[in-house]
Amino acid sequence: MTPRRLIVSAAAVVAVGLLACVPLVFGGYGLSLAINLMSYTVLATAWALFSGPTRYVSLATVAFFGIGAYTVAVFGEVFAWPVVLVIALAIGVVLALIVGLSTLRLSGVYFVIFTFGLAELVRQLVTWYEVNVTRTLGRYVFIDVTTAQIYWQLLALAVLVFIAGILIRRSRLGLALRVIGDDETVARHVGIDTTRAKVTLFALSAAFITVTGAVMAPRWTYIDPAIAFNATVSFQVLIMALLGGAHRLYGPVLGVVPLALLFEVLTANFPNHFSILVGAAFMLVVYAVPRGVAGLIEEGRGSLRGPRRGLST
Amino acid sequence: MLEVSNLSVAYGAHRAVDEVSLMVGPREIVVILGANGSGKTSLLKAIAGIQPATPGAHIALGGRELTRLRADQIVEAGLALVPEGRGIFGELSVEENLLLGAFARRARAGEAANRTRVLALFPRLRERMRQEVRTMSGGEQQMVAIGRALMSAPDILLLDEPSLGLSPLLCGELFTAMTRIADAGIGVLLVEQNARRSLAIADRGYVMANGRVVGEGQAVALRTDPAVQRAYLGVAGGSG
Repeated sequence: MTPRRLIVSAAAVVAVGLLACVPLVFGGYGLSLAINLMSYTVLATAWALFSGPTRYVSLATVAFFGIGAYTVAVFGEVFAWPVVLVIALAIGVVLALIVGLSTLRLSGVYFVIFTFGLAELVRQLVTWYEVNVTRTLGRYVFIDVTTAQIYWQLLALAVLVFIAGILIRRSRLGLALRVIGDDETVARHVGIDTTRAKVTLFALSAAFITVTGAVMAPRWTYIDPAIAFNATVSFQVLIMALLGGAHRLYGPVLGVVPLALLFEVLTANFPNHFSILVGAAFMLVVYAVPRGVAGLIEEGRGSLRGPRRGLST
Repeated sequence: MLEVSNLSVAYGAHRAVDEVSLMVGPREIVVILGANGSGKTSLLKAIAGIQPATPGAHIALGGRELTRLRADQIVEAGLALVPEGRGIFGELSVEENLLLGAFARRARAGEAANRTRVLALFPRLRERMRQEVRTMSGGEQQMVAIGRALMSAPDILLLDEPSLGLSPLLCGELFTAMTRIADAGIGVLLVEQNARRSLAIADRGYVMANGRVVGEGQAVALRTDPAVQRAYLGVAGGSG
């Protein structure tokens, strides 16, 4: 381990330790804000695991998030909590594999449109099932989980998603994904089974998103398809990751903190104009900081270090 | 052993490659000569699975049919292409390029040995392992590209104009490397403008014009063939 890496690891451990203390210090509103930040951190980082290197923009976030939430609504009182999380994980991964195998051959805007449609499709399917089979639209979620426990579970997920991100970045698979983002044809003739690489990462990313949905479900106490599969979530995650910088593992967090706070203020003060303001924020981010805050940080460092930038260590 | 027969490539109505047949044995260097636009690059791309061939083509490697496989499956079967313009990843380091070269499952077991072999072949890369490839010279990039292809442990290596834009000195190094690759048991199929140098190291050659093979033979024979001399070796013929 280089000294620098040692310092970063130590700082990460301290940061996680401090974050774990949040529920002991803050209660009520403070804790619920922290939960919000933590859940978006997991969602945006997991989103960027796949969409960052491959540059496939996915709007399916809420499809998986909602499936996680609905799994809890259906099985929450039937099985023990860890079992429920495993079921949610399994459903999320299976759906991701099906979707991945059938759509990752699409590229560019077609993939974006498909993923957007997917969330809507899942919502309609769940609605249809509830109306025609169970004959109750909307479910109560009564689970014996405290707010602090929800927070800690999200924190654990955040740690896991970062560890996964680090391992992938260093692996051959991580390199393969970056190469796929650059030029998929070249990647293929190097011998990379691009479909398999993309589907693997898409499923991993979806797994984190689904479990986050499951963990967050008890926060609502009542859910119906319109709440669980609210497309705004997909767009929020997307702009957070873009503002922070999707090409770096630490990037999305840098977008989550300011935007989650901003959305908090907007929902409190302008509930009727929320979508318009989110849309405006979206355009501003894309025009003003196309490579995200992480990109700005890199440029800043690059100009300090001068021409050595190309020789990465 | 690579066997190609009846291979055609069409871009719309235009036939870039017209019913070409050829073969490359293990340890053999085979060169394809031909003017610009004679279909050499399309031929290599079709063999590597990047450019679709017209129906009826037959490409086999060691008896295994490659014709309908995807490009990555063809690499997995043991055929690697170093394309013109190199097909390397400029943003990545030499080391990462080599790591990606060994992405195919067939390459994993012998990865360390292959790496040693590549670095023995191009010692210059050893000091550059952490350098970003786009910051390197053309010759060094070509070495990375060939190294990357060799990391997939191919039985057959296809090279498209490897000497393009290289200094005479580097060119010499490159052609020496190719003989050593063939000596290691790999069949090399080479498309080259530099006919003199490639015929000097090749065992056999094919001559292409307008998408067709118009001549073939032992390299020794091609070197002394008056038509080849006139067209590709710059030896003045009777009519100029």
